[in-house]
Amino acid sequence: MIESHLSLLIVALPLLAAPIVAVLPNGRMPWAFSTLVSWAVFAMACLQLINVSTGNVISYELGGWAPPWGIEYRIDAANALVALIVAGIAAVTLPYALKSVEKEIPQQQHSLFYAAFMLCFTGLLGITLTGDIFNLFVFLEISSLSSYALISLGKQRQALTAAYQYLIMGTIGATFFIIGVGLLYAMTGTLNMVDLAQRLPELYEHRTIQTAFAFIMVGFALKLALFPLHLWLPNAYTYAPTVVTVFLAATATKVAVYVMLRVVFSVFGFTFIEDTPTDELFIILCIAGILMMSFYAIYQHDAKRLLAYSSVAQIGYMMIGIGLGSALGITATLVHLFNHALMKGALFMAIGAIVYQIGSSRIEDFSGLGKKMPWTFAAIVVGGLSLIGVPGTAGFISKWYLILAAIEQQHWLIVVVILLGSLLAVIYVWKLVEALYFKPATESSKTVSVQEAPLMLLIPTWLLVLANVYFGFNTELTVGTAETAIQLLLPGTNK
Amino acid sequence: MKHNLILKVVSKFLIPLIFLFALYVQFHGDFGPGGGFQAGVIFSAGIILYALVFGVDSAKKVIPLHILRVLASLGVLIYAGTGVASLLLGGNYLEYGVLASTQLAGQHIGIIVIELGVGITVMAVMLIMFFAFAERGRPIEDVEDKEGSQ
Repeated sequence: MIESHLSLLIVALPLLAAPIVAVLPNGRMPWAFSTLVSWAVFAMACLQLINVSTGNVISYELGGWAPPWGIEYRIDAANALVALIVAGIAAVTLPYALKSVEKEIPQQQHSLFYAAFMLCFTGLLGITLTGDIFNLFVFLEISSLSSYALISLGKQRQALTAAYQYLIMGTIGATFFIIGVGLLYAMTGTLNMVDLAQRLPELYEHRTIQTAFAFIMVGFALKLALFPLHLWLPNAYTYAPTVVTVFLAATATKVAVYVMLRVVFSVFGFTFIEDTPTDELFIILCIAGILMMSFYAIYQHDAKRLLAYSSVAQIGYMMIGIGLGSALGITATLVHLFNHALMKGALFMAIGAIVYQIGSSRIEDFSGLGKKMPWTFAAIVVGGLSLIGVPGTAGFISKWYLILAAIEQQHWLIVVVILLGSLLAVIYVWKLVEALYFKPATESSKTVSVQEAPLMLLIPTWLLVLANVYFGFNTELTVGTAETAIQLLLPGTNK
Repeated sequence: MKHNLILKVVSKFLIPLIFLFALYVQFHGDFGPGGGFQAGVIFSAGIILYALVFGVDSAKKVIPLHILRVLASLGVLIYAGTGVASLLLGGNYLEYGVLASTQLAGQHIGIIVIELGVGITVMAVMLIMFFAFAERGRPIEDVEDKEGSQ
């Protein structure tokens, strides 16, 4: 029974868990229960990816109503991979959460915190698996509303402003998306993505369809923090509780990039995109974003904010792949989506371990900590190397494919920008390393008695760090799945 | 609220009717206009009216916050649990047809149960929001005392 309902259970299990967690007594119960659920979901996401890895498509009819009338969950290699990232990151973040949440969030909010976390998890998985564009909006709202609440739980008071800023920007994004969906529905009378894809080609010239496309693109560009619509992101990532930053940085923007991929290639089709200036626009914005945001990252004084700006830059790499629109470009996008989740997850976790020990994420407070926290420091170094794209790490694989895609279309400017972006990444990663290792320890009260972070924080961090190295050598899962996905996203390419 | 005799008498008369109408909207929702969301809002309006006339504290005695939290979760569980029930009976998630012997009866049961879940959650969440806003402007020690005693 589980086999045939797998794709649904992945979404329904955390949804069922959320209200249960909310009424569990505060203490360790909510944490233990959510962790178990996330592991179960991760196992199911692995099974699901195996099921679709041969290139077939699973369709699940919700409520037994046949598509296009009913809501359909439609799983192919692309979204099975994204679901695996979301579930995998949740499965390593939650064990990490125990210590971190105990320190950062008042005890009487614990069960509600984990309930909101489960809801956010549900929402992200739902966005990924659904084949119905309105259902996607519903899950988008579930994940957004819960993430606003999660961010506002941050310790500093600025967390409230950051959450409010995200609330306003996120709501505008979601509204734009739903306006676009409304226009599509008015023109085609359907909300099912496959059905939309069949009905849209004859309406390509229609003004309403073009408007709908513009609304959806702007809406999701806001959600995925594409430069220059990224303004909510640095504050949200900086002031949110560590666990929330790790989870959102590694999943939320990735899911939004996936939606972009799905809408551009599966719903509208790339022939439509090529007639509009969208693909050139993506490339221009991404180039500007990569360069400017990497510069911004260099000048940050707060480690979390530095990584947040680097995230905006990295989103540029993912979107360039979509802008190129070739098989190699999408491979690069999907692979980088996966790898970036691993590297940013690892880096934010390592920074979180330092924050756990010294209670500050300011880089000047990090002086000399590298010798006192060698494992955390090593995690930052390996994570940083992966972020730069050094061979032997996951980051190298995604940049390699991106450069190949750019060379294939003779976009030399993009090649230069990618290399320049990597050099800038060297500078901002070096900034962390320098503070941690090469600056003498200040004998302030904060850092004098610092020890290595507890194992409950180190083990999840190192799981992600090792994954960074593993996927730098074994690309069967990432590149292999991406290539299967491309045959469904870009029919007619034999790659 | 000391002397508002008319308000008190009228609302004592109105509140049961509001509850009754909420239940009508809830359980007649499958044939007439209405459903769980509307019913939940109407039901909570009855309690909010009580809170406005008799004070927030006495309203909290009627429905304390911790019960509201359980109710809000219960509604979601009823909804999602109906889906699981139809899974266990051999259908797809939320396929109401399998809940009873015939398709029609199953659809009927399904939608009534689901809407009941929606009604409970909406009622509870509306009241939680109302109480949250009603708490504002009170002395802060008050809130801290409560947190301390938990």
